[in-house]
Parts: sequence; structure tokens; C-alpha cells
Amino acid sequence: MSETHAETTRFVRTEMLAEQEPPITEKGIVKWIRENLFSGWLNVILTVLSLFVIYWVLAALVPWLANSVWTTGSLAECREVLAEKGLNSHGGACFSVITERWPQLIFGFYPPELYWRPIVAFVIFLLGIAPVLFQSMPRQALWGSLAAPFLVYWMIWGGSLWGPIITAAGFGVGALAFVFIGKAAGNILGTISAILLPILFWLFLTGPIVAGLSGAIPLEITKVESNDIGGFMLALIIGISGIILSLPLGILLALGRQSHLFIINKVSVAFIEVIRGVPLIVWLFTASLLLNYFLPPGTNFDLMLRVIIMVTLFASAYIAEVVRGGLAALPKGQYEAADALGLDYAKSMRLIILPQALKISIPGIVNTFIGLFKDTTLVVFIGLLDPIGLSNAIRATTEWNGIYWELFIFIGLMFFIFCYSMSRYSIFLEKKLQREHR
Amino acid sequence: MSASTDVPKESFRLSQLIYDTRYRSLTIQVIALALLVGALWWLINNTVQNLETLGKDFDFGFLTQPAGYDINQRLIEYTSQSTHGRAAMVGILNTILVAILGCALATVLGVIAGVLRLSKNWLVNNLMAVYVEGFRNVPLLLWIILIFAVMTESMPQPRDFRGDEPEASMFVNDSVAVTNRGVYIPRIGFENSIGSAGATWRSENPAAIEAGEDGTPPPSSVWDWLIVIGVLGASIYGARWNTRRADAIQEATGERPTTWYINLGIIVVPTLLVMLALGATIAQPYLRGFNFTEGIHLRNSLIALWLALSLYTGAFIAEIVRAGILAVSKGQTEAANALGLRPGRTMSLVILPQALRVIIPPLISQYLNLTKNSSLAIAVGYMDVRSTLGGITINQTGRELEGMLLLGLFYLVLSLVISAVMNVYNNAVKLKER
Repeated sequence: MSETHAETTRFVRTEMLAEQEPPITEKGIVKWIRENLFSGWLNVILTVLSLFVIYWVLAALVPWLANSVWTTGSLAECREVLAEKGLNSHGGACFSVITERWPQLIFGFYPPELYWRPIVAFVIFLLGIAPVLFQSMPRQALWGSLAAPFLVYWMIWGGSLWGPIITAAGFGVGALAFVFIGKAAGNILGTISAILLPILFWLFLTGPIVAGLSGAIPLEITKVESNDIGGFMLALIIGISGIILSLPLGILLALGRQSHLFIINKVSVAFIEVIRGVPLIVWLFTASLLLNYFLPPGTNFDLMLRVIIMVTLFASAYIAEVVRGGLAALPKGQYEAADALGLDYAKSMRLIILPQALKISIPGIVNTFIGLFKDTTLVVFIGLLDPIGLSNAIRATTEWNGIYWELFIFIGLMFFIFCYSMSRYSIFLEKKLQREHR
Repeated sequence: MSASTDVPKESFRLSQLIYDTRYRSLTIQVIALALLVGALWWLINNTVQNLETLGKDFDFGFLTQPAGYDINQRLIEYTSQSTHGRAAMVGILNTILVAILGCALATVLGVIAGVLRLSKNWLVNNLMAVYVEGFRNVPLLLWIILIFAVMTESMPQPRDFRGDEPEASMFVNDSVAVTNRGVYIPRIGFENSIGSAGATWRSENPAAIEAGEDGTPPPSSVWDWLIVIGVLGASIYGARWNTRRADAIQEATGERPTTWYINLGIIVVPTLLVMLALGATIAQPYLRGFNFTEGIHLRNSLIALWLALSLYTGAFIAEIVRAGILAVSKGQTEAANALGLRPGRTMSLVILPQALRVIIPPLISQYLNLTKNSSLAIAVGYMDVRSTLGGITINQTGRELEGMLLLGLFYLVLSLVISAVMNVYNNAVKLKER
């Protein structure tokens, strides 16, 4: 065929043509614009609409930000400054409310001379959380992470250092009991004593020991009441405690809901459904109004602690559902393989099931955490001064009456930074734990 | 020989309760039950003791006593002489009102944003990403308070609408007024209303007739609306007859007749006729004295709560819709194309049914979240069930325990009913596999 073809063909080009530039509409930015913005009539309309929206927002926002005032003591002064520039009262932003109330928005009514302590506590928290979040950190640093919560507590609330140390020692008692009694009398007795002994230790021994040690070597710093804590510090304390405490509780609840033991199963289901069925705000009111009914007469404990407990219980029910999804998504073969290897329940969960189930549930868990952190704003309704509570207080003062955009943008931006970094971290973790080949 | 095959009879030892897997589960459950009962007994005992010390009893009688407070936003008849139970009902209806409004708007916003987020248009895609991330990462409470502050602080006062050259003007052919006291929109009244007012409403309402130059306000009763909605529902149900006819023709001949205009006629015409028979007229809000009258007054609290809930939940729904559409594999579209289905049919017969299976369950849980989040009404003073039953009623009667219990039960029942409906739906649409 090719020979006959060659005979009939008059001309065959033997050399390659030099490469030509692609047409202007098919390269570079023009091509990108054509393909991404103007590929059809619908896209043209959408692009024009979007451009209009962006222009509309920027036209309002840019002059407002460009003419912002940062150094006045009240809204009236700020408006005067704006008037001097020849602008009306909404011509520029009065960010001076942020600069003036900055310490309050961050620390609440924490004593100003002690501001260094929350900052140190925050640094300790960052140092403690880093090895947990990033595997590339040295593993020995995890021991520091265990100590961090107690140090953070001491730094923020003050008082005697012996309290946190002896409380931590209770966990040490539990660990020792698990190791030694577990070796001598079997795993189950070990576990039971690891739960019971620390509780007895905290109930009966902690008080006298702390009193005795504080008498001998007083490691005291100034005490700060929970009422004085507010602003983003409060949101972070409640959010972070809730996040750290709700994860283990949520996993336990999820395992309880998957369990074949009838009573455990039904109790977990009832707990999860009741908690999830009622809004957090109702639970917070329960904590502030009703808890005194449920506790022995005369007990009264810190409102902030109650809120942390409620937020933890609330988030743990949601985490339990997320983890249950992860457990259900695992192929049944994994459970059977664990059984076939002769692993007992605890080992099969710890070594085979949970690592995989938790990996699947990471996005859901982090979403729950983000929700929890956002929900810390609800404490304003039971009288705690979180950022939104403070913004209401600031807007009610004579100096700043009538201001809202500046405050809300600042608070919103802070929440956005925290929540967005959490969701970015979850994506990072998912990528790192990805084992399948795609 | 026979002795060696005999299993030695085991005597039961106490340690078997812990080490024998046959008994261990029983042991654990008995201990758990004992702990649970102990804890419950402790709580109840404490409560009883505390109630005794406070000299209170556990009694729901307060629900039948007069409430003595006013509720500015109500869907049913209510005065300050009505009972606390009635006030709770008003609150429940208000919660349901904002939940339904919110779910509707959130779905619209979420579907639009979710579809646009998948657009190949870079600008639109990123604009929607900004919307979704912006709303998902900032607390809902902040949005509610912000919208409320914008409404009350920067919208014009009603008096700004006055005069020959007013500072503010109404929208949509002078029928919608956005003021710092709320939004006024037209309402539909019925001249031949079949409510308790009957046909004699003109003579019963002399004040309205005196203000006659703007036209007297036509009344509307619940019955009018029930009739209109009933006729609409019946017509929609009736339109299924046409669809079935089309199905039958398609089965027989392979050609599907066009159905939409007949369906539209079946649905619209009877409803319009009923509304004409009832004498439906539009009553526009107008400025009288210091405020707008007539029309429907949507308070700032409702507007702020509704918009914030919808925008916030819409961002979550957008992600759900996006995930649902992405979950349908490309092979399905290609297979439908290979069968010769047109793009519209591909979407409605192949893609949507599969995407909806992924979208609906999380969508309903978002509706549930929206309903529960509507309890944030407290931030703007919208009178939902938490503000009436769980707020003012508790403060006035001192019945925290009973009030919170009822409030919790209301939300719990609502959630459980919705989850039950969702489970039924899930079972109906789930893939029938092996």
C-alpha cells in the first residue's frame, strides 16, 4: 500500500517545519482567561456578576480600611479625626477600639500586672502540643506534653504549685498500679486498680499532702479567680480543654455504641442521642441553673469548670458519632483478622481497629473540634465574658456606643484564623496518613 | 477407656467471673448497671433533698397559670393574660417558623453555592470558596449579632421616608420598606374572608374605614390560608395523574408526551380561582404616624436570625451538595450518554438520584442543626421557645427544673422525630446490594 501511495504522491516533505508560536488566543493568560472565565455565555454572565460583586465589596472596603483611625480614645474622637480628613462618620474604620481595648479583648479582666502569665502558659501549651501534632518532633518531648496541662493550669490560675503536682501524681499512681498490679494479678485487676486507686488518692490523700507540702515549701504565686478570665483567653481555655477531653470520651462512647454488651450499648446510645438532640445553649443553661439541684446540698463549683464539663460532654457525643462512622466503614475482615490473631478486645482495638477507624474519621473529628471552638461563644449567655460578651460590653460604654463593624471584623478574623488553621491541619494529617496508592 | 473421653466436670469458681469470657461480659454489665443505678439514685436523691431545702415541689401546674408577659412576635392569638402553656406554644411556633424559613433559604443558597463551587469559572469558584470558608469558620453567634447590629444601626428610620424628598425610599414599586425597626412587606388579605370576622368586617372596624383614603385593610384568617394551601396540595397531588398518564403512553409507544404545561395548569388554575373567590388583595405597608402600618412587619430579630442561620447553614449545605455531586462517578454520566440520553434526562434520571442519596442524610442533619441553632435567638431577643418557656417563664415562676426539662424534651422529640424520618428515607433509597 505504501508503495502505491508513494507513486501517486507528488510531494513528500522530508524536513520538519520549524515550531510555530501558538495563536495568541491559545496561549498564556489569554487562553487561561478564555477557558476559565469566558468559555460560554453562562460563564460570561457569571464572570461579569462576580466582578461586579468583587468591585462592590472592594469599593466599600478599601477606602474604609485606607482611612482607618488607630489612635483615638473614643468613637466621638475618631469621628472628629475622620471629619478633619473631610470624610463622613462612616468614611473610615475606627480600629482604635481594638488598640484601646486590646488587652481586654485578649485577657478579659485578668490583672494587668500578671499578663505575662497567660502568655507563658500559651507558650507552654504550644510547646506541649507541638510533639503531639507533628511526628517529626523528638518523641521524648511527649513527656513534656504530659506535664504541660498542669503547668498551664498553675500559670493561669496561680496558687500553690503543689496542687497540680500532686494531682499529676495521682495519674502516676494509676500508671504504677496498672503496671505492677497488672503484672502480679492480671490485666483486668490491673485496670480496675488503675481506675480506683487514683480516685481514692485524689479523694483522701491529695488535700492533706498539698496542705503539708505547701506549709513546708510554699511554691505560691498570686491566685486569679475564674471570673477575671475573659476574652480570647477564655475562648481558648474552654475550647482547648473541651477538645483535649472530648476526644478520649468520644472514642469510648463510640466503642460503647458498637459494643455487643446490651446495657453498655443502650446506655451509650441514650447518652449520645439525648446530648445531640438538645442544643448546646440548653445544656449550658442546665449547667448554670440546674447543676446545683443535682449535686449534694451546699456544693458549689466554678462556673467555668461547669461549662468545660458541659462542652466536653456535648462534643464527645458528636465525636462518638463520627468515630462510629469510622468504625462502621472498616471492612469486617479487619475485625476478624484481629480475632484470628488471638488478640483480646483491648489489643485488637488499640493495634488494629482504632488506628484505621480514627484515620478515616479525622475530617469529621476536626470539624467537630472547629464547631466546639466556635460554640465557646455561647458562654456569653450564662454570664462569662468571652470575646462576644466583651464586644457587647464595649458597645454599651459611652466611648464606643454605636461601633460594630470594627469589633466584629476583629473577632471574626481571630476565630477564622484558629478554625481555618485547624481545618488546614486536618488536611495535612490526612495527606500524611494516606497509605493507599492513588 | 470411656473415662478418658469424659470431660471433667468443672466446678464454678469465682475467678471465672473475670477470666472466663462466657461470664465476663455478664460481670461487666452487672457492674455497669449497678454504677448507673447508683449514680441516678444519687442524682435524684440530691435533687429531692435540694428541692426540700428550697421548699419547692415538682409540679407542672404553672403551665395553666396566666403568664403576665407580652410576646411581640406571635403566630397565634396571645395576650399577657394567656397561660404559660400558651406562651410556650407561641415560642414553639416561632421556633418552627424560623426553622422552616431558614431551611428553605439555606437550601437555596447552599445548592447555588455548591453547584457554583464546582464551576470551571475560576472567579466564581473562588468567590464561593470565600463564602463557604468565611461562614464555616466564624461563629454563628457573631453573624447573628452583626446582622442585627447592621439592621438596627445603619438602616433608615421610618421618619426618613416622610416628606416630598425623603432620605430613604421603599423598594419594589413602593411595597417593601427596610427600616431600623424591621422590614415591612405587603401581605395578602381576603375580602371575602371566612374567618370569625366573617363578611361584616368593614362595619366592625370603623378606625380602619376612617383611614379610608389608603383603602381599608382586608382581613385574613387561618381558615383562608388553610383552604388555599389545601387546594394547592390537592392540585399538586392531582398533577400526578397527568404524570402517570404520560408514563403509560411512554410504556406503550416509546414517546413521552410533554407534560409540564398541563401540570402547571392543573396546579395553578384551581389555586388562582380559589384566591379570586376569596377576594385576595395585596395590602401594601404605608407610613402612618411615626411608623409603617399594614403589611407584614418582619422584626429585626427575625430577619437577623433568619439571614444568619440561612447563610451559615447554606455554607455547610454547599459543601454537602458539592461532595454529593462529586461522589457520582464520571462513568455514570458516560454510560448515560452512551445510552443516548439527553443532558437534561441524564441529570434527572441518572446523576441526581445517585447524588441525592449521598446528599439527603447530611442535609437533614444540617436542617436539624439549624433548628437547634435557632435557640441562639436569645442574642437578638426573638421570642422562640427557649426565650418563652426556657427564659421568661422560668424567671417568673422559679420553675427551672420543670421548664428546662420541658424545653429539653421539646428539642429531643423534634430531633428524634426528624432522625426517625431520615432513617425511613435512608432505608427506602439505599442501594439494594447482595
